[in-house]
Amino acid sequence: MNPVVAPTSQPSAPSASAASGASGASGAPAPVIGLRGAAVRVGGRTLWSGVDLDVRAGEFTAVLGPNGVGKSTLVKVLLGIVPAASGEIRVLDRRPGEAGSRVGYLPQRRSFDPDLRIRGIDVVRLGLDGDRWGVPLPFSRTRRDERERIAEVVELVGASAYAHRPIGQCSGGEQQRLLIAQALVRRPEVLLLDEPLDSLDLPNQSAVAALIGRICHQERVAVVMVAHDVNPILHHLDRVVYIAEGGAVSGTPDEVIDSDTLTRLYGTPVEVLRTRDGRLVVVGQPEAPAVHSDRHAG
Amino acid sequence: MGSPVLSWNLLDDFQLMWSYPFMVNAFRAGAIVAVVAGAVGWFMVLRRQTFAGHTLSVVAFPGAALATLAGFSLSLGYFGFCIAAALAVAALRRGREPGGSEESAATGTVQAFLLACGYLFMALYKGLLEGPQSLLFGSFLGITGGQVTVLAVAGVVVLAALAAIGRPLLFASVDPQVAAARGVPVRLLSVAFLVLLGAATAEAAQITGALLVFALMVLPAATAQVLTARPGLSLLLTVAIGFAVTWAGLVAAFYQPYPLGFFVTSFAFALFLLAHGARAVARARERRRAESGRPVLVGSAA
Repeated sequence: MNPVVAPTSQPSAPSASAASGASGASGAPAPVIGLRGAAVRVGGRTLWSGVDLDVRAGEFTAVLGPNGVGKSTLVKVLLGIVPAASGEIRVLDRRPGEAGSRVGYLPQRRSFDPDLRIRGIDVVRLGLDGDRWGVPLPFSRTRRDERERIAEVVELVGASAYAHRPIGQCSGGEQQRLLIAQALVRRPEVLLLDEPLDSLDLPNQSAVAALIGRICHQERVAVVMVAHDVNPILHHLDRVVYIAEGGAVSGTPDEVIDSDTLTRLYGTPVEVLRTRDGRLVVVGQPEAPAVHSDRHAG
Repeated sequence: MGSPVLSWNLLDDFQLMWSYPFMVNAFRAGAIVAVVAGAVGWFMVLRRQTFAGHTLSVVAFPGAALATLAGFSLSLGYFGFCIAAALAVAALRRGREPGGSEESAATGTVQAFLLACGYLFMALYKGLLEGPQSLLFGSFLGITGGQVTVLAVAGVVVLAALAAIGRPLLFASVDPQVAAARGVPVRLLSVAFLVLLGAATAEAAQITGALLVFALMVLPAATAQVLTARPGLSLLLTVAIGFAVTWAGLVAAFYQPYPLGFFVTSFAFALFLLAHGARAVARARERRRAESGRPVLVGSAA
């Protein structure tokens, strides 16, 4: 569908984690993200505890669970915005928040204001140089390299056709692709996504999910994605964390998305059905019904 | 002076105007103010902080009124009040998202109180000056060389500060969450921007008067953002439009017996309408081309 930059042309992405003493890239590399008995407290209440998780380069991990259980908080803990109450957390062999531009982040959001007169490509550029002070030299070599990198990443997400339009006039799916490009523009080794499929229609959900899966596996980026619904991403996933009130389970989708495991986790009967095309359907999960709100309503 | 007549030989006209020192000062001050107000106003329009900007411009009035009453320099009154009000607005909405509805209430409180103070100062003064009218609607007759110097120095400081924080400020304005995650000090930038906004408002108020500051702060930026979505070009266009309407307003006010603020605002407003008209035409043409072209494809999933 979209032109893809071959993984061999980007040797820089996995090199940093290899330098940390891990074994080779193809064998069993050290986890890029590691949580051991992690717990978090917000406002005196323990949201979750006992979370163990290893995510390796090129692995796609989903964080699932009911609303309000602290899925987004897990991403904020990995970013270092919210401190963990206990346990050990390592991101790229550092403490959370210390890996800088090696971690890309896409927060949960509604959408850009329709009247915002900034092009999509400018929003992508902000991901590259938006935190730099002062005025850039307009015709320098770095400026040209940056322009090339932006064009490359915009093409990677398949947004070249509308990247020059004001971002407020792009559709929800188009905005989400541009924001993924923004998060990827500095070639992060870890990509943290908070409900990126929320407020997208079904075709766009599966298209964006496929895009994230492709970036994860081909560009060797470790992806942690908070998701409301497992179905659009299920066949791209390598690993799943299910969070419930208090506890959590993690493992491969087959291990975790299982009637017995989820029933034990939630303490209420949950049934996991397998459809003929191999998809898993979770029934009875104690979750508020999905809200498909209009994206312009906010 | 007798009533001069515009000859439409612009070289002669400018030579005539340049023979009056007060006009030279007015052109200089107008140029400085147009550039500073345009650049800061561009960010204000992008950040949707026009209400905060309006409050700061209203505050320019009590500042100038108090300076007149207490007998200290007008510039001090303008800059002191506007920057203090900027800090007050920043303090009142700590921890809130920029442009939120909570901001309007707190900001409105400051605005109403200070406007009332300005009214009191004017009532106490009962002086010989033209009274509140020139403070509210602007005047170009009495600009001194010293005032131009103050405007220039303050303008250079504001522009230098804006250039230094420009990119992180743009990031924080467009995408505050990601900017914060990238380590951009979003809240600090928001306070810094309000201070710059206060300083730019204090500058503009000295030319257009407190009530017509928006002619230079909002209209050029709004017009430029209608015409282009490229940030750099849009910013340059804003400054150019502000400069053009200010000088055109000065020429018009020199030759016509009507006030400067009216001319500057009307020219800026006319350009704003023209820009919207141009965009509507361009859009209609685009739509017609799209309709006559290929049918719209519904994308298939993945």
